[in-house]
Amino acid sequence: MVTAFYIASAVAIAATIMVITRTQAVHALLYLIVSLLSVAVIFFCLGAPFVAVLEIIIYAGAIMVLFVFVMMLLNLGPESAQQERQWLNPRMYIGPAVLSLVLLIELVYMINQGLATVYSPTVVAPREVGISLFTTYVLGVELAGMLLLAGLVGAFHLGRRRERREHGTDTTTQAADTESSPNVTVGEDS
Amino acid sequence: MSFQGSALLAILVLLGVFTAAPGLIWLERRLLGLWQDRYGPNRVGPFGIFQVIADMVKILTKEDWIPPFADRPVFVIAPGVIIFTVLMSFAVVPVAPGIGVVDLNVGLLFFLAMSSLGAYSVVLGGWSSNNKYSLLGGLRAASQMISYEVFMGLSLMGVVVMTGSFSMWDIVMAQQGMWNIVPQFFGFVVFLVAGVAEMHRLPFDIPEAESEIVAGFHSEYSGLKFGMFFVGEYLGMVVVAAITTTLFLGGWHGPWLPPIVWFGLKTFALVCFFILLRAGLPRPRFDQLMSYGWKVMLPLALANLLVTGAIVVL
Repeated sequence: MVTAFYIASAVAIAATIMVITRTQAVHALLYLIVSLLSVAVIFFCLGAPFVAVLEIIIYAGAIMVLFVFVMMLLNLGPESAQQERQWLNPRMYIGPAVLSLVLLIELVYMINQGLATVYSPTVVAPREVGISLFTTYVLGVELAGMLLLAGLVGAFHLGRRRERREHGTDTTTQAADTESSPNVTVGEDS
Repeated sequence: MSFQGSALLAILVLLGVFTAAPGLIWLERRLLGLWQDRYGPNRVGPFGIFQVIADMVKILTKEDWIPPFADRPVFVIAPGVIIFTVLMSFAVVPVAPGIGVVDLNVGLLFFLAMSSLGAYSVVLGGWSSNNKYSLLGGLRAASQMISYEVFMGLSLMGVVVMTGSFSMWDIVMAQQGMWNIVPQFFGFVVFLVAGVAEMHRLPFDIPEAESEIVAGFHSEYSGLKFGMFFVGEYLGMVVVAAITTTLFLGGWHGPWLPPIVWFGLKTFALVCFFILLRAGLPRPRFDQLMSYGWKVMLPLALANLLVTGAIVVL
């Protein structure tokens, strides 16, 4: 299991680097999906199969599909890849790299001090996750529910079919709304 | 019931599934023929059963052409994704006591995860073809599959609430006395509809609606890559039938006959039902499909879950 953990972590890091350096948006998204899948494998190795599967269903299976959907609608051609290539000049990496290095040094220091408990393979069953969600952390669940409700109302408002006011003035309002509202809702739902 | 399958069993399940898929192509064409009052393929071999071999030879010897305007890597990966996700779904299906690949404690969710990843195959295939009809097919597939996935998951939660476990094996064991289709009838209906939409079979084959957008997402595919989409669709049909059998029709339980035969019979009956759907129903319009999903199926699934939960608690 420990080896599996390290392999999955390596894949996650490699895939994420590829996400940043791709110039073609859909290729970057594909690497992001791989990265999410490897994070799911990491969760599985750490004894959280429930979280691992939810990671795949929600992030890789729903949210990323919506991203790909938007990418397809944008219809980015070779010009955007060209533009992306210009934006990705090496000088842009310096700032983030320095800041991440600080975090890395901090992490290595903490592990060396033995402050972090590394790898405790106790498997957490779905039942225990549910019980703690609805007892200890019930406030968080309720708050998230309210947030989702706000999102749902907002999506409904945006996707609402406006009533016909006058003959000839409503051509633009009706075309876009049949598809957009369900898709927005899924994103908020999950 | 805890269970750990061996590699041999996994290979056997894989072989069984792979031999079933081409047979299904013949079965579908024959049954469609019968229901539409014609013969269907009946020339090659007894009852036309060697038509399968003729079809395979045809698909394998066709030129496997990648259009120059396509996005090569994505174009090649897309058909593989559907085969991979569908075959992975079979891993959690309990065929009979002791026959299966693995008993995950999140088995049901694993199936949902794999079916949601399967959407990428169609979406990316449509996008990478770089063809407006394929793109339209891919867009339709993305919104259709993501919508129907939502209440596909919700419709199964009734079963989970009643059993108290996500493990497919536990769910089958809990149906010893009564099949889940009786207390969970609405869950069963919603799951069946969502299942047909998830594997984009007729009448919900809107991503490839050949009367509107050529062949939708696989317009540009030929040869073996098209064959993989094709076989993937049939395997998807088998996997949805097998999962429905497991969750709602009591899995391998049944009198007189051995368990594996019962499982096979139930799955086969469901597959025939899917083919009958194709023979019997017209294809809805895209907006009809969406509003049907969100305005009828989702409330039904939610109400079913609510009532089931209330009954279990009281």
